[in-house]
Amino acid sequence: MARAAVLGRLSWQLAEVSAFVDETTDVRSIVLEAPAWEGHRAGQHVDIRLTAEDGYQAQRSYSIASAPEDEELVLTVERLDDGEVSPYLVDVLRPGDQLELRGPVGGYFVWEESVGGPLLLVGGGSGVVPLRAMLRHHRAVGSTVPARLLYSVRKLDDVIYRDELTRLDGEASVDVHFTLTREQPAGWEGYSRRIDRQLLEDVSWPASERPLTYVCGPTSFVETAASVLVELGHDPARIRTERFGPTGT
Amino acid sequence: MSFVSRGFKGRRREDAESARVPPGQYVTGDFPVLSAGPTPHTPLDQWDFSIVGEVDEPRRWTWEELQALPSEEVTVDIHCVTKWSKLDTVWRGVSIDTLLDGVETSAEYVTAFSDGGYTTNMPLEDVRDGRAWVAFDYDDEPLDPEHGGPARLLVPHLYFWKSAKWVRGLELKLEDEPGFWETYGYHNYGDPWREQRYWGD
Repeated sequence: MARAAVLGRLSWQLAEVSAFVDETTDVRSIVLEAPAWEGHRAGQHVDIRLTAEDGYQAQRSYSIASAPEDEELVLTVERLDDGEVSPYLVDVLRPGDQLELRGPVGGYFVWEESVGGPLLLVGGGSGVVPLRAMLRHHRAVGSTVPARLLYSVRKLDDVIYRDELTRLDGEASVDVHFTLTREQPAGWEGYSRRIDRQLLEDVSWPASERPLTYVCGPTSFVETAASVLVELGHDPARIRTERFGPTGT
Repeated sequence: MSFVSRGFKGRRREDAESARVPPGQYVTGDFPVLSAGPTPHTPLDQWDFSIVGEVDEPRRWTWEELQALPSEEVTVDIHCVTKWSKLDTVWRGVSIDTLLDGVETSAEYVTAFSDGGYTTNMPLEDVRDGRAWVAFDYDDEPLDPEHGGPARLLVPHLYFWKSAKWVRGLELKLEDEPGFWETYGYHNYGDPWREQRYWGD
């Protein structure tokens, strides 16, 4: 394929961990210096490959949290207690360590200015990571495309990028809505339930405005959000989804 | 490979099953879901499966007609490009050999097409000789919509994005044409044993 020949192979490369940001008790952002990195688009992911001393390897994919315009490549990783790779990335990795990666991967769950909007981003838990990259890109290019984020988490302490998202909410073309599904602090004025038809109807653009929607989160969350939006009359072809985890969680 | 991830131990498998897991994959007991868009829900009375394109004449089966064809139970290992593999999955479906029986074609390629607009391509020989099915039961139950029900293509020897969910037919072609993920950077063929995940692999 001609495009493949131009793009070439996605080679494994080494990046160095320069810093961490503890986002929540289970979620950490890893700031990487990746000299061979050739850039990405907001929403793409990378493959990480870990190698043990005896040569055993494990690979996983992680969404890129930084915007293409950001100086450093940032991944945000949630520790899964029964995971093989995420506990290493969150608990073992230290500044100065090297990490083997290749990418960027994926070209559909991607937003850039030219794709337009209005833009509706719906994130559940760590599904907010690629959406955050889109919002950072939106800001970096000074986009006037109206953008809304609906972000569902169990409790306030689980909100990733809390300060940044709260600040973004004040920007001219961006609205950020949180829903805390399990526990709300006293005086909480945001939403306090799992996403449902009414909530999506409140937050989303009307179907008549033909919003472009990106939904990312656990499977059941994505299934609910995407199905309700289709019921509300949104064009299924303008709803892009990314899911993680098994069915039934 | 001289690089070592400091402090990484990993969870290696040293059992009989490890030989069944392609490079870069891990075994899961779950059944993860990956789809690029909303789950379509086509009523069975509006569902059909067709074979079109480079054929002597197009073929079409309604849901009832497909169910009336001889079906097979197959137990296979499946491998998703996102790194999980699932062993000994049990499906029931109609072999593509059965559907292609009597079809005259000079095509060498096939594109599977699905509700929701999804497509995926492969050489025609990869869906022949008992290597591919239109599957409608999983674990003795009707296939769940999230997993591609009412019917999905099952081509277990290729990465699982080739096993198109919500499949509605096959277009036979003289020339190869990349499908959905194949256009977005994923490998045109997708052999898990050669770790053909992305363009250039």
